[in-house]
Amino acid sequence: MERDFRLMKGNEAIAEAAIRAGADAYYGYPITPQSEIIEYLMAEKAYDRTGMVVLQAESEIAAINMVYGAAACGRRAMTSSSSPGISLKQEGISYIAGAELPCLIVNVVRGGPGLGTIQPSQSDYFQSTKGGGHGDYRLLVLAPASVQESSDFVELAFDLAFKYRNPVLILSDGVIGQMMEKVELKPQRKRLTEYENWSTTGKTPDRQRNIITSLELDAHKQELINIRIQAKYKRMQEEEVRYEKILCDDAEYMIVAFGSSARICEKAVHVARGKGIKVGLFRPITLFPYPSKPIEEMADKLKGILTVEMNAGQMVEDVRLAVNGKVKVEYFGRLGGVIPSPSEVLNALEEKIIGGK
Amino acid sequence: MTEEIIIAGFGGQGVLSMGKILAYSGIMQNKEVSWMPSYGPEMRGGTANVTVILSDERISSPILNEYDTAIILNQQSMDKFEKTVKPGGALLYDPNGISHHPQRKDIHIYQVEAVAKATEMGNTKIFNMIVLGAYLKIKPMVKMENVIKGLKKSLPVRHHKLIPLNEAAVNKGMESVNEIK
Amino acid sequence: MEVTDIIKAENLIYKRTPLLTENILSYCPGCGHGTVHRLIMETIEEMGIQSQTIGVAPVGCSVLAYQFMDIDMQQAAHGRAPAVATGIKRVMPEKFVFTYQGDGDLAAIGTAETIHACNRGENITIIFINNGIYGMTGGQMAPTTLAGMVTSTSPYGRNTAMMGNPIKMTELVAQLPGTYYVTRQAVHTPAAVRKCKKAIRKAFENQKLNKGVSFVEVVSNCNSGWKMTPNQANIWMEENMFPFYPLGDIKVPEDSL
Repeated sequence: MERDFRLMKGNEAIAEAAIRAGADAYYGYPITPQSEIIEYLMAEKAYDRTGMVVLQAESEIAAINMVYGAAACGRRAMTSSSSPGISLKQEGISYIAGAELPCLIVNVVRGGPGLGTIQPSQSDYFQSTKGGGHGDYRLLVLAPASVQESSDFVELAFDLAFKYRNPVLILSDGVIGQMMEKVELKPQRKRLTEYENWSTTGKTPDRQRNIITSLELDAHKQELINIRIQAKYKRMQEEEVRYEKILCDDAEYMIVAFGSSARICEKAVHVARGKGIKVGLFRPITLFPYPSKPIEEMADKLKGILTVEMNAGQMVEDVRLAVNGKVKVEYFGRLGGVIPSPSEVLNALEEKIIGGK
Repeated sequence: MTEEIIIAGFGGQGVLSMGKILAYSGIMQNKEVSWMPSYGPEMRGGTANVTVILSDERISSPILNEYDTAIILNQQSMDKFEKTVKPGGALLYDPNGISHHPQRKDIHIYQVEAVAKATEMGNTKIFNMIVLGAYLKIKPMVKMENVIKGLKKSLPVRHHKLIPLNEAAVNKGMESVNEIK
Repeated sequence: MEVTDIIKAENLIYKRTPLLTENILSYCPGCGHGTVHRLIMETIEEMGIQSQTIGVAPVGCSVLAYQFMDIDMQQAAHGRAPAVATGIKRVMPEKFVFTYQGDGDLAAIGTAETIHACNRGENITIIFINNGIYGMTGGQMAPTTLAGMVTSTSPYGRNTAMMGNPIKMTELVAQLPGTYYVTRQAVHTPAAVRKCKKAIRKAFENQKLNKGVSFVEVVSNCNSGWKMTPNQANIWMEENMFPFYPLGDIKVPEDSL
C-alpha cells in the first residue's frame, strides 16, 4: 500500500491525530497561534467522522472544566491553547491532577509575560514542568520538534494519560504549530466503548458510587493522597524518560535543546561539524520526567554544555542539576518571541563554551 | 541534496500558497520538506514570507538566516533578503515595483516579469505560479508531473478545474525567466 | 403504649430514600440544603434513574454533597459546575446530568459558565440554592445579598452604591433561548417542599425532551450566616427575600402549559 504522506501544519496534525487517536471530546477557545486546532476539527466535521465532541467554549476556564467533566467519565478528552490561555486553565489543570484524571492539554507557546506576543517562544518551560497551578503536582510533558511528532504524540499522550491517570501536556510552540512538514498519519483508532471502573458513568447496583474530587479536608488523608501522586511521578521518571541524541558519541561539547530550538541547534551542529568542532545535540523529548540521568552520563566525557532555549534560561537549571557541577553549563537564548538563528547558536557555542574560560 | 528557499512579498500575492505547492510537489518527489511562514498581523496587507526547504535528508532547522535561493516580490523584501543569499546562490525577482535592483556580484540574479505575464494571460491570480515556473527553470528541484500532483493535493477538489491554467502559468514562467548579467 | 408498639411496618408513613447515604449531613440544623438533597434523591429514586445520573457538586456549603447522594458525582472548581456538566453531558447525552450550586458559585464566580451553559441550551438540570450569603466561608456578602442586608463584608448593611446590587440570576437566565424551564421555589413549609419537589421532578423529566436547561432556584435560609434561629430565619426570609425573589415559575415550556 502506498504510504499516505500529507503536508500539514503542526497544529493541523495535532487535530487530525486527535480524531485518529479516537479522542472523545475537544473543548477549546480560540487564541493565536493555535486556533488551527479547533478550526481543523470543525472543518473536518470530527463529530461526523468518529462522533467526537468538538465544542468552542466561552473561555479557556470553561474549556478545561469541560475536559474535567468528560475525563471524569473515562473519556479521552482534550483541550488546547497558547500561553495566556494556558495560564487561565491552571486552576482546572490543578483540579484534574488532584482528582487524578487523564486528559491531553496542548500548549502552542507564544512569548510573554502578559499578553506578550503571538510569536513563538519556550518561556512556559517552568510553568509546564514544575506544576503550573497550585499544589504539588506534575504534568507528563512531551515536547515535539516536528510536525510528525506533533501527530505521533497525540495518541501517545492519551495512552500515557490513562496509564498514569494524569494530565499530559504537549508543549509545542509557534514554530512547530505553524510550520508545515511531511507527515505520515496513524490509522484511525476506535473510540473507547468501555470505561475505567473509576469513571462517573452512572452508579449501577453492582458497585459503589464513583466520586471524582480533589477535596480531602483531613490533612493526614490529604498527605496520603499526595504521597500516592508523588509515587506516580517517580514511576514516570523510571519508565517514561524519552530523548534523542544526535552526533553525541564522539562529542566534546553538547548542546541541549528541545522543540523548535532543537531543530535550529541541529543545523548549528551540522555547520559546526563542518568546521571540525566535535559537538552533539541532546534533545529531551519528555520535559517531565526530565532525562537527567542520560545527561549526567554524558557529563564526564564533555568539555562543556550549552542549553539553547527561547526563554531567559529555564531548562538550564535542570541541566545544571543533572550534571551537578561536573561540567560547565551555559545558556543561550532569545526572548519575547524572537527565534535564534543557527549562526547565533554557533557563535554562542564558540564564545561561551569553546572559547570561554 | 538540500535546497533552502525564502519566498517573500506582499500578503495576498500568493507567497504562502506558492510555497505550499512547492513543498507538496517535493513530497510527491519523495523529498523531505518544511514550510515555515512568518505569521501574525504583519501579514494583513503587509509583508509575508515563507521558508521552504526541500531535501533528500532529514531537515534540521526550518528557520534559517541564509538561503540557497531568495524569491523576492517587493522592495521591502529585497532590502531584507538580498543579503541573505549564500554566495553562489540565486536571487529571483519580479522587477515590477522594484526601485532598488539587486547589486550583489557573488550570486546569480534572475528576473521574471510575472505581473506583466499574468496580466497578458488575463488572470492576475496565477502570478505566483508564473514565479514558481521561473524558479523551477532555474532550480529543477521537482518534475512538472509532481507539481501537478502537488497542486491536486493542495487545492480543494472544487478548484481542480483550475489546474490546466496553473500548469500553463508554470510553463509561462519557465519560458519567461532571464538571468541578469 | 410502648415505643415498640408504634415502630411497626404498618405505621410507617415516611422514610429516608435509600439514595441518601447514611453519612450525617454536615449542614447546620434548620438549613434548606438537606431538604433539597432529599427532594433530588427522591426524584431520582422515583424516576428509577440512579444508574443514569451524574451530579456535579460546587464549592460552597454543599461542596460535600457527594457524601450524601448515593450516585456517581463529580466535584467542580468554584463556579465551573455548568462547564463540568457540559463536558459530561456532551459525551453522555443519554444520561441525566445536574449541577447543585449556591449563589456565590452560580451567580458570582461562575456567572459566565452559568450564562453560557444556559445560552447553549445544554440539556441539563441546574439546582440553584440562593440564601443571599456565603455560608461556608463564614457569612460574607453574596451577589444575591439584599440591599441593606448585614454580612461580615457588609457589616453596616449592603450599600448598593458602593457594593452593587443583588442579582436576579434566575430572571436573567430566563431571557436566554437555551433555557426551557425556569422556576423559583422554597422549602420552608411542607406545602413549599411539595411544590419544590414537583419542580425538581419536572426539571429532571425535561432532560428526556432534549430541549435545553431546566433551572430551579430554591430560595433558602442561612440561619447561621444570618445569625438567627431557624424559625426567625424562615420568617425573615418570607418578609425580606420573597418580595425581592418572588416564588413561582418564570419560564414554563409552552408545550406543557
